[in-house]
Amino acid sequence: MIPTQFDYVAPATVDDAVRELADAGDDGKVIAGGQSLLPVLRMRLAAPAKVIDIGRIPELRGIRDDGDAIVIGAMTTHYEVQRDPLVREHALLIATATDTVADPQVRHRGTFGGSIAHADPAGDLLAPALAMDAVMVVAGMDGRRSVPASEFFVDYFTTSMNPAELLVEVRVPKYTGWHAHYEKFHRVAQSWSMVGVAAMVRTDGGTIAEARIGLTNMAAVPVRARAVEQALVGQAATAENIKAAAEHAANGTSPASDGNADGEYRSHLARVLTGRALSAAIG
Amino acid sequence: MRITVSVDGTKYTDDVEPRMLLVHYLRERLGKTGTVVGCDTSNCGACTVHLDGHSVKSCSVLAVQADGCEVTTVEGLARDGRMHPVQQAFHDNHALQCGFCTPGMIMQAIDLLADDPDPDENAVRHGLEGNLCRCTGYQNIVRAVRDAASKMAPGAGPVAEQVSDSEITSRAPSHTGGGS
Repeated sequence: MIPTQFDYVAPATVDDAVRELADAGDDGKVIAGGQSLLPVLRMRLAAPAKVIDIGRIPELRGIRDDGDAIVIGAMTTHYEVQRDPLVREHALLIATATDTVADPQVRHRGTFGGSIAHADPAGDLLAPALAMDAVMVVAGMDGRRSVPASEFFVDYFTTSMNPAELLVEVRVPKYTGWHAHYEKFHRVAQSWSMVGVAAMVRTDGGTIAEARIGLTNMAAVPVRARAVEQALVGQAATAENIKAAAEHAANGTSPASDGNADGEYRSHLARVLTGRALSAAIG
Repeated sequence: MRITVSVDGTKYTDDVEPRMLLVHYLRERLGKTGTVVGCDTSNCGACTVHLDGHSVKSCSVLAVQADGCEVTTVEGLARDGRMHPVQQAFHDNHALQCGFCTPGMIMQAIDLLADDPDPDENAVRHGLEGNLCRCTGYQNIVRAVRDAASKMAPGAGPVAEQVSDSEITSRAPSHTGGGS
């Protein structure tokens, strides 16, 4: 199938893009890499009157060092994120999660910001953003504002951006030297994650000093596995301690049941994958 | 909307609807039917082409997004009547059954080898995870990619395909029939 007809604009600046968005109102849709949107348009699950392509705005591309944080431009592709030395050094969790996104072709086109703004509960980059306390910088007609990840994801495919706002960049605090790993489970190569676990720990002489863990697809939005984090801190980084802590991974969650997995199975996966993610991280 | 795209070394200028997918532009406007459509869900990878040197699924790119870009399809790989080493390796290793996935497999294999000139079997399988062979003929496909790797100099791949400016010829808009 082919998409329904739409008007197309490719603004050259963030200001122009925001103006286009404001003009279009509810009938406008931003296209970033298009790897989620184009399938939706093709299947006619959406029919926007105007598509605003932000792929020709140079400001939105690239990753830079900004002191205590790295800043990832919204239009930076997964492929670029995977190969960026700043990400590997200071945000290893994002690097390992991005390695698992879709397939090589999609990673060439799909973008970090597009994935975050799309807010698919099965998206692999939301839980790392939450676990790392990333901050989304969004632009609107009244200027720019910063939204912490904990306030950004609101519901299934829904963020706290209003329709006339554009995600410009994501500020990720540096976690230099932390151990990190993203572990997900999916039925076949290209299916979405049933559950994913983004785990990151700082060790101090064989003891876990800090832990941050985010869960993918255990709720409508990414959630922190706080009980696991608390169980890990101060413990020796041993296989037994990891296993014991991982048992708390589903605490406080009530994951949905759907055609891929029922809630109980998702809870089981969260516990198993948390153990695997921590073990792989600490290596 | 008017776009200018270089495809397999030839520059084309055409008026297209914004909603036209790159794969339909290639097939229906340019007659590049070597690039096929295998699914409607972005899963199968049969429509894989190179866009500015990187593999993409051309069903998931709008033609207008390719404006000003360079596209290489499976039809642009052969040089002077000789197949690209990856094409030759697919031929030598009988890396196809029905052949429908082959154009996409070859384009993705070339991309993979550009990033990793000597992939082991596991790396080949991961590198081709965006391409489905519905005949399940993966064994020989993996063998072919490993064979091609052994025969290609490191660094070959998309870079080796780039056509110099002098080779690019321009052409008038809307040169072929078909499509709309």
